[in-house]
Amino acid sequence: MHLFGYRLPGMSSLILWGLLWEIVGRADLTFFVPPLSEVLATLFAIIGTPAFKKALAETAYAFSLGVFFAVVIGIIVGILMGKNRLLDELLLPWVNVFLSAPLTALVPVLMVLFGFGMKSIVITTALFAVWIIILNSRAGVKQINRSLIEMANSFGASPMDAFFKIYFWAALPEILGGVRIGIIRAVKGVIIGQLLISIVGFGALFELYSANFLMGHFWAVLIVLFALAFTISEFLAYLERRVSYYAAKR
Amino acid sequence: MAMSQIKEAPNHIEVVGSDSAVSVRNITKNYGEVEALRDMSLEFPRGQLTSLLGPSGCGKTTLLKIIAGLLLPTSGYVEVNGKTVQGPGPDRAFVFQDFALLPWATVLNNVAFGLEMRGVAKSEREAIAEKYIGDVGLSGFEHSYPHELSGGMRQRVGLARALSVDADDLLMDEPFSAVDEQTRRKFQEDLLNLVQNENKTFIFVTHSIEEAVYVSDQIAILLPRPSRVSEIIRPSSFRNKGVDNIRRDPEYLDIVDDIWSSLRTYVE
Amino acid sequence: MLSRANLLKILSALVLCGAWELAGRVPVSYAFPTFLDSMQAFFEMIGNGMMLAAYKETLRPLVIGIMISAVLGIGLGLWVGLNNFFDWLFSPIFIVMQAAPLAALIPLLVLAYGIGLTSKVLVVCIMAMPVIVLNTSGAVRNTPESFKEMGKSFLASRTSVLLRIVIPAASPVIFAGLRLGISAGFIGAILAELKITPTGVGDIITYSRSIADYPSMYAAIFSIILLAVLFLNLLEKIETILFKGNQRGYVSD
Repeated sequence: MHLFGYRLPGMSSLILWGLLWEIVGRADLTFFVPPLSEVLATLFAIIGTPAFKKALAETAYAFSLGVFFAVVIGIIVGILMGKNRLLDELLLPWVNVFLSAPLTALVPVLMVLFGFGMKSIVITTALFAVWIIILNSRAGVKQINRSLIEMANSFGASPMDAFFKIYFWAALPEILGGVRIGIIRAVKGVIIGQLLISIVGFGALFELYSANFLMGHFWAVLIVLFALAFTISEFLAYLERRVSYYAAKR
Repeated sequence: MAMSQIKEAPNHIEVVGSDSAVSVRNITKNYGEVEALRDMSLEFPRGQLTSLLGPSGCGKTTLLKIIAGLLLPTSGYVEVNGKTVQGPGPDRAFVFQDFALLPWATVLNNVAFGLEMRGVAKSEREAIAEKYIGDVGLSGFEHSYPHELSGGMRQRVGLARALSVDADDLLMDEPFSAVDEQTRRKFQEDLLNLVQNENKTFIFVTHSIEEAVYVSDQIAILLPRPSRVSEIIRPSSFRNKGVDNIRRDPEYLDIVDDIWSSLRTYVE
Repeated sequence: MLSRANLLKILSALVLCGAWELAGRVPVSYAFPTFLDSMQAFFEMIGNGMMLAAYKETLRPLVIGIMISAVLGIGLGLWVGLNNFFDWLFSPIFIVMQAAPLAALIPLLVLAYGIGLTSKVLVVCIMAMPVIVLNTSGAVRNTPESFKEMGKSFLASRTSVLLRIVIPAASPVIFAGLRLGISAGFIGAILAELKITPTGVGDIITYSRSIADYPSMYAAIFSIILLAVLFLNLLEKIETILFKGNQRGYVSD
């Protein structure tokens, strides 16, 4: 996209949309859209408040824990499935089922079994993320070039050595890709969990603000959330690019 | 070395006998800072096959696409039949290196595509397409899809498509490089027969020396950095000896050796 | 005789159901009914027509939302894919929407549009549209250059190139985008039911939970997961048949 001969950077239209938001807000077209400047001011005001910090801490805790379990379990199960045909045939149909299933429907089950608290949210988060990580880890292992395996054997590499020095790196780009998508899903999972269970983290804040019609606050928190999600996603994409320099030539 | 070939330096281009179907005059093509072609001039005799031969990076495909009207030169012009080229036209047909077949269309529809774009009615274009499908040896495959065909068969479809629009000039961009060696040899033999039987001008891009010397009436050797025509060779004595005898003809072998020794230094 | 793959699938299904049954009997928790109890409730609800009535309610915002998303999404995607200005203008919005947890907007939608059909349809739309738009615009933009060149060389008009080359070439990825959009739409529909007002299947779930009728609750959840999975698998099969041999859309969300 060129303007007056200068190349405009990728996401620059967001500035335009921001301006639009400001104008719409000032024109007071609808109660639900306060001007962007007001939202940003509120944002900076509430970031330091204890309520916000608590919500952020709770969400971050649930998110990190959920992601941790999803990554560990996902990578291990995925690798095992990639290497063992029987396990693969037994589990793959289920992984595919849960990948496309609307996991939101399972949240009430979790609420009933594990209560209304942090535990359910962590499990929701992990559930949202784990299936794609399993699938990608499995794919990463399966596509390891046969010749690399034969090479490792011909040089007498021990199983530990072979795994850590060759197979892990050969599968890594694919695994990282799965982790990135998994983390994006985990973000959705942690929010959906909080929305439905709603007495912790940002879910609680959203309830509070909407009940009191604090639109400025509502949008402010929403922006923070979206910005966090986007930043995480971009950071992971960056990591993936760093590793993928050899990905095409495996 | 027998004097049965004529080597010419590019500044004294004199085409003996036939007139030029295509004239390239002082073509320069820049991509930003990179000079792909610099001040290139060349003549292509009517009714004959001229090869553009050279190592990668010498601009031969760029030149071909400029002649086809798919690319615009930075300066200079191309004349086809006396008219300056402004874009693609009904007088030129292109055969692509990667076949460029529409994966969702049958062989029949692919071959008829050029005719369809020219507004030819369905029954007529299908009849024409069927004829050319038979000509390239693919009878019976009219309703197959590209993914069901081998690489060689797919290129035949591309060739049939280019022939069906009955253009005066056929432009071929390394058409045989994506098929296996045996199929390639067969294609080269078929091409010789095609050139004899059709009254068209062929411009043929390749990086294979043997291929160029085998099929061409005239070979233009291009060198890179800067891209220029270094020599033009017109093999003459083995042209009519029949497809099976060319590869052992002494003149053929001499020319191939000569070209290799001059191109050798340009291989990275 | 069944193939090994199918045999193992059935076996693993049996294992899972068996595990469910055992877990229910142990019991893992008072709120964990056995597999057989849940299946009984499931078939009961089908039998007395509750299931059908519930799905009519639940599927309404889903179907409406998907149809709107498909039409608007593909239209917008084509526009964005073909026009550089609109690409610059709209792509960032949809890219942000794809990475962001859109479910967070639900309370806002409820505030603005109440608890009726409108907000539920909107929930489905905001969940489904980003992936449809991005897939469509990406597919159009990434049309293999040699196809377009081939069209040009055979004197195809710009309209012809668009209709006969670009769109057919983009179809597999567009279809994949639709499939992913529908998958997201399902999530939106359920979220809407559980969070906005329970109607249809969501109603069965919340009501059964409140009266501690866990078999019914699990049966309802089982039914919706089953429906979603069957439907999406069907779409995948259709995709395979339609685009056999064509470049297939391997796009992850």
